[in-house]
Amino acid sequence: MLAHLPILQVVLPLMAAPLCWFLNRSKLVWIFALLVCAATCVNSILLLIEVMKSGTIIYELGGWEAPWGIEYRIDKLNALLLLIISTIGTVVLFAANTSIQKELSEDRHTLFYSLYLLSLTGMFGIVATGDAFNVFVFLEISSLSAYALIALGKDRRALWAAFQYLIMGTIGATFILIGIGMLYQMTGTLNMSDLAVRLVDVGHTRTVFAAFAFLIVGICLKLALFPLHLWLPNAYAYAPSIVTAFLAATSTKVAVYLLIRFTFTVFGISFSFTSLPLQDILMVLGLVGVFVASITAIYQQNVKHILAYSSVAQVGYMIIGYSINTSTGVMASLLHLFNHALMKSALFLALGAVMYRIGSVQLSQFQGLGRQMPLTMSAIVIGGLSLIGVPLTVGFVSKWYLLIASVEAGMWPVAALILLGSLLAIVYIWRIVEMAYFKPPLAGRETVKEAPWTFLGPIWALVIANIYFGIDTRLSVQVAQAASQSLFGINP
Amino acid sequence: MFLGLYNYWIVVLLMMIGFYIVIAHGNLVKKLVGLTIFQTSVFIFYISVGVVERGSAPILAEGISDYSNPLPHVLILTAIVVGIATTALGLALVIRIKESYGCIEEDEIQKQDQLNEEKS
Repeated sequence: MLAHLPILQVVLPLMAAPLCWFLNRSKLVWIFALLVCAATCVNSILLLIEVMKSGTIIYELGGWEAPWGIEYRIDKLNALLLLIISTIGTVVLFAANTSIQKELSEDRHTLFYSLYLLSLTGMFGIVATGDAFNVFVFLEISSLSAYALIALGKDRRALWAAFQYLIMGTIGATFILIGIGMLYQMTGTLNMSDLAVRLVDVGHTRTVFAAFAFLIVGICLKLALFPLHLWLPNAYAYAPSIVTAFLAATSTKVAVYLLIRFTFTVFGISFSFTSLPLQDILMVLGLVGVFVASITAIYQQNVKHILAYSSVAQVGYMIIGYSINTSTGVMASLLHLFNHALMKSALFLALGAVMYRIGSVQLSQFQGLGRQMPLTMSAIVIGGLSLIGVPLTVGFVSKWYLLIASVEAGMWPVAALILLGSLLAIVYIWRIVEMAYFKPPLAGRETVKEAPWTFLGPIWALVIANIYFGIDTRLSVQVAQAASQSLFGINP
Repeated sequence: MFLGLYNYWIVVLLMMIGFYIVIAHGNLVKKLVGLTIFQTSVFIFYISVGVVERGSAPILAEGISDYSNPLPHVLILTAIVVGIATTALGLALVIRIKESYGCIEEDEIQKQDQLNEEKS
């Protein structure tokens, strides 16, 4: 059983998705999906423990050896990613039953859960596999179900947002497919570790450069790096609340993982960062992204839009850490990946609770909610503080390591810009706080009740995780450090 | 030299045509058509890469010494399925968009959204 953990992670939700149709009763399906998610969560914890103890796990599908068969390869990096995705997936799903009662019509509930599980399958697959073509297939599984999930939104603009996401996402995925095809043409292999060995000999050819460029652009479309982020704000804003919380915390993270995996493992550090000015380009795009997205966030009227643009900015931070290209920088990037998943899922779930009670997330509707929904609003405040990077929250820890990494690398201006970018976060969080706490309740809405416990439970679990990992950083920092050191080939 | 690699020229030409249609056309169905051409060009790229001149299908038979590589074809079979799924989902979305907006022109949809926002 233990030997089959890597494949179970992917197969479990994949098999469970069609089974949802047989249950076909909203509450029953919810419990079933929740159990499956919890099982994958336990699975990923076991995997992480195993990887930290005894190193990389290699799973050969059907017993075929690596360059010929497909292998799943779990190292510290993807074990961490699997843990993030499965935990957030489970916690967010816990609130799903309450939320979709309000936001979806009864006949779509089963559909929702099976799409959710399929999307989860895709993400697990991307992270677990060691085969380049598999990445494309799983990428499309997770993306296709994500488009459908977004289109379930109540507002008709959700349809338009999903369509735009479909066009841009497919272009991105096709770019990745071209890149993989060119790599296969040059090396005759699709296995990532085999590619890494064989690319050394052909690394100077133009085909490999073209493949590299196609892959990077395709992945950057998926991770919503500025200026390729245009699909993201509307997709997040008009999707059902649960979907937003789930996608915001996982989908862009998976793309960041792919970027790290391809540049570090497949192409190798020396190729990726010396033969093309990738580092400079990504650094500039990351920094510009932080500022443009944060400033755009300040002018939004829909709170979901504010947080969606803030997500683009946070992806910018991850890319900055990544493009510093030191072990500390990548570690900061991974740490921020983990932390951002915690804070954004908490924030978007809290917005889901607001949506449940007052049916809107327009900023003007937040008037006086501080007193009417004290627990939900204080969760938003703590999540917001975490976004800004106030000490005792996770946001502080990752920003701290980002600063250390940029100073260590002698990039003082970058450090200053990171701090400046955080100041912008204060502005857009303050707009929400001001509305909620310093304005009287809207006329005719004096009797708004606190959100039900099915919402408050997961929200506060995530908020407490936000504070816990802000104080006790042993787990997150240790794993991120081990992962980034293994990427740079340093043995602790 | 240029004609010898004509398969790549066809692929690049198709790719550019597809990409141009996606960007330049406002009609949602035309956008999907462009997307399909774009994807198909990549399929052709894979398949033409796998071909060996005068090579036969990878079936053991007497008198044949060269075989084409079957793997790209198999991979593209998967990718074609993915492409069909994407197109189907896209068309389904177009139907729903037509139902709720009453049109399938990009600028028209954006105009309606703007009007809505000003009202609310």
